[in-house]
Amino acid sequence: MNKHIKSVTAETTDLSRRSFLVGTAATGLVLGYAGVPGIGEALAAPSAFEPSVWYAIAPDGLVTVTCGKADMGQHIASTMAQIVAEELGAKWSDMRVALASNDPKFNDPVLGAQITGGSWSTMMNFEAMSRAGAAGRMALSEGAAAAMGVPASELVVRDSMISHPKSKKQMSFADVVKSGKATKTFTPDELKAIKLKTPDQYTMIGVSVPQLDIPSKTNGTAKYGIDVMLPGMAYGAVVTPPVRFGATVKSVDDSAARKVPGFIKAVTLDDKTGTTSGWVVAVASTYANAKKAAQALKIAYEGGPNAKVSSQSLLDEAKRLQKLEDSGQFFVKDGDPAAAFGTATKVLEAEYTTSINIHAPMEPMNATAEFKGDILHIYSGNQFATRSGAIAAGAAGIDPKFVVMHQMWLGGGFGRRLDADMMIPAVQAAKAIGKPVKVIYTRENDMTMDFSRPLTYQKVKAGVDGDGKLVALSHDVVSAWPTARWGIPDFLTPSVDKKGPLDSFTVNGADFFYTVPNHHVRAIKNEMAHNATPSGQLRSVAPGWTFWAVESMIDEIAAAAGKDPAQFRISLLDGAGKNDGGAQRLRNTLLAAMGLAGYGSKKLPKGEGMGVACVSSQERATASWTACVAHVAVASSGEVTVKKLTVATDVGTQVHPDNIRAQVEGAALWGLSLAMYEKATLKDGGIEQTNFDSYTPLRMSQVPEVAIAVIANGEKATGVGEPAVTVIAPAIGNAIFNASGARVRALPITAEAVKGAMKA
Amino acid sequence: MPTLTINGRSLSVDAANDTPLLWAIREQLQMTGTKFGCGAGLCGACTVHVNGEAVRSCQTMISDVAGKKITTIEGLAAKGDHPLQKAWIAEQVPQCGYCQSGQIMQAASLLAKNPNPTKEEVVAHMDGNLCRCMTYSRIQKAIMRAATEMRTASASGNERRPT
Repeated sequence: MNKHIKSVTAETTDLSRRSFLVGTAATGLVLGYAGVPGIGEALAAPSAFEPSVWYAIAPDGLVTVTCGKADMGQHIASTMAQIVAEELGAKWSDMRVALASNDPKFNDPVLGAQITGGSWSTMMNFEAMSRAGAAGRMALSEGAAAAMGVPASELVVRDSMISHPKSKKQMSFADVVKSGKATKTFTPDELKAIKLKTPDQYTMIGVSVPQLDIPSKTNGTAKYGIDVMLPGMAYGAVVTPPVRFGATVKSVDDSAARKVPGFIKAVTLDDKTGTTSGWVVAVASTYANAKKAAQALKIAYEGGPNAKVSSQSLLDEAKRLQKLEDSGQFFVKDGDPAAAFGTATKVLEAEYTTSINIHAPMEPMNATAEFKGDILHIYSGNQFATRSGAIAAGAAGIDPKFVVMHQMWLGGGFGRRLDADMMIPAVQAAKAIGKPVKVIYTRENDMTMDFSRPLTYQKVKAGVDGDGKLVALSHDVVSAWPTARWGIPDFLTPSVDKKGPLDSFTVNGADFFYTVPNHHVRAIKNEMAHNATPSGQLRSVAPGWTFWAVESMIDEIAAAAGKDPAQFRISLLDGAGKNDGGAQRLRNTLLAAMGLAGYGSKKLPKGEGMGVACVSSQERATASWTACVAHVAVASSGEVTVKKLTVATDVGTQVHPDNIRAQVEGAALWGLSLAMYEKATLKDGGIEQTNFDSYTPLRMSQVPEVAIAVIANGEKATGVGEPAVTVIAPAIGNAIFNASGARVRALPITAEAVKGAMKA
Repeated sequence: MPTLTINGRSLSVDAANDTPLLWAIREQLQMTGTKFGCGAGLCGACTVHVNGEAVRSCQTMISDVAGKKITTIEGLAAKGDHPLQKAWIAEQVPQCGYCQSGQIMQAASLLAKNPNPTKEEVVAHMDGNLCRCMTYSRIQKAIMRAATEMRTASASGNERRPT
């Protein structure tokens, strides 16, 4: 388990938010922050009541919750407000949200940094927001009790009103705030001691209240980073080299650019953070002019060490590394698979691959930078303010404590906005011209310079005994290491063979809940891919490829053993030893999906089939138990039609049922898109796909029927943004096998691959 | 300076004739509801109406729209209460929301011509608009809901024009 999630359990949650210090980045940037002017501007007016850093109640009774999480469409700001409102006793129509700056007081109470990902936000903030809400209710009640002259214990708080039934006296939250009598403060220990509501007392949790951000997203008023306008601002268009990473600029000829009206300057980036290489930004009075100037620049490049690398060379290198005995580090090392293969009745081996994938959020990367006095202001929707602020500071050559990050609504994140590359040209251009600069990537910049999901190669070997029982599994995962790129030791995981830290965000999921006595998982870093295609965390990260391999292989084993693949899974989910608890929940979830889909009971025509998969995404310690039954039709040409996806997910506690369904459906369709439609390739060191004509995410006409079952069994709330991404591809692959006998092992699945596998 | 007739007003913009309408709207007029997505007419995020037709403003030059009536998301309904906007809220369609101005403008041009579209007609009309959050099924439901509301309003004599 990763160090960064060790403190998920309630007993170690540190509400003082001092438990976790983000260390020194590889770039040599110390992450830190000191109070500077301007940082508190997201907070309320002086006379407001602020029982917690997380929200303030204004004299008009409006409750503004400050969300420290990036809101990229998962409505997390609204969810935080909902959790606060439950304990506070506020009326939903009184709730508002604001997006936090990078002040460390808004750090995640469990993670100790400002980072949004991993489907962690609800599970890790539920308790802190609940306690903050309860503390506010208690303080308001005490204030009201004093004002009314009645005991606080006799008060009832509901819908932003505090009433005393005996005397029929009542005060609104606004009245209490205006009275100035709400003054109680809480120490971390007192906060921890507050008795929270039990689920049977909930009136807000579990209700699909209208999301607070939605109206502004129907009338054009929601402000994204790209919408920031500052007085005197100029615009920057970046020119990126033909090589994804490692190229350098030899010379820039701006003679033609200088003839473009409004042209100001071409700035060659000097990026000491190592985030970009060989970039130039053309700055002009408008974005249209900046783009024209960018096109007019004549730039000569040195291609650098990766200029000849292709997808094929990355795959060849991965295969070479996997064959070496001493490659990589162990993530799981249970028993002795090699010995068990020797005595197994049947041994299966297979290779699984996934292609490079691009985030491509609809809002292209952008950032606006402004130097104001000693302070660098950055306006950009970002998922990792703690690190991104340090990168921006590194680009400016200043201490990170002088960077104020202004969070915006994110026009899609999916992990892409964990990175800060877009801030570097904005900062250096603003510095060079002495004016605020907004840099906007073209879609071509955005696609070719993505911190992509890496190309992966996995080799899985399985041994089955005479009874058809899975006795051994060895699983090698070769990829670039996205999280190692961050240079933050706490986000890496010690290897079980003590060969140094590994990037568990390349192998999570391979530590599944099946009982397999001899089980090895090796994480192998593909250094060539790591250098040539700097990778990022794409929605669901490792489980997006590890479960492709595991859940396909489990199906292959079931077929080889002559067993029904769903029943075979259920037999492996016996809950023995370390799998106790999780295995049973996953089994139940699988059964729910099977029931909803009519698995095994529905008679299907020839050429159609159903396949199952079940996953413990995102991480073993933070899983939402998720299963899928895919129903496909396969034509003799190999053409696959996905007819229906049935997804069941155990989320413990539902905060917002409708949002869970929206997220699970979006995640499932992402899974489908990655399984069938999205593929990027590298040639001569550069990503070949440049826009939505060659990189082709799912469109409306490709959406199948999706059925969703949400299991809320009263356990702690878990995350829903990602898990369903990971279950779809293997379910489809297994359905194709069920329909046609063709086994596919490469993503995305193509008709050619299916047809080829049919003949074999 | 070229003049644009936009959301019922005449506004002059300080931009060359070959400037994409998208950037004139966003930067010169500071109406940022219309979004930049791909710059190539492939995603629909920048969709606006020109004389009632849905067009991609990133592919439309200022010189193309001289004397024509432009409508953006800000001008679709004065109070943001076009039946489609209300339906988008009722169905809780947006996730990140970035593509939704374009989706709504695209849908509005369908309902203006076809008050009772089939699911297939909706899909055919909307297929050029990408939603990376994959809110497609809710978009469909919201369009159907708005169509029903508009037909009901029309039948009861309170006809309201979609744009």
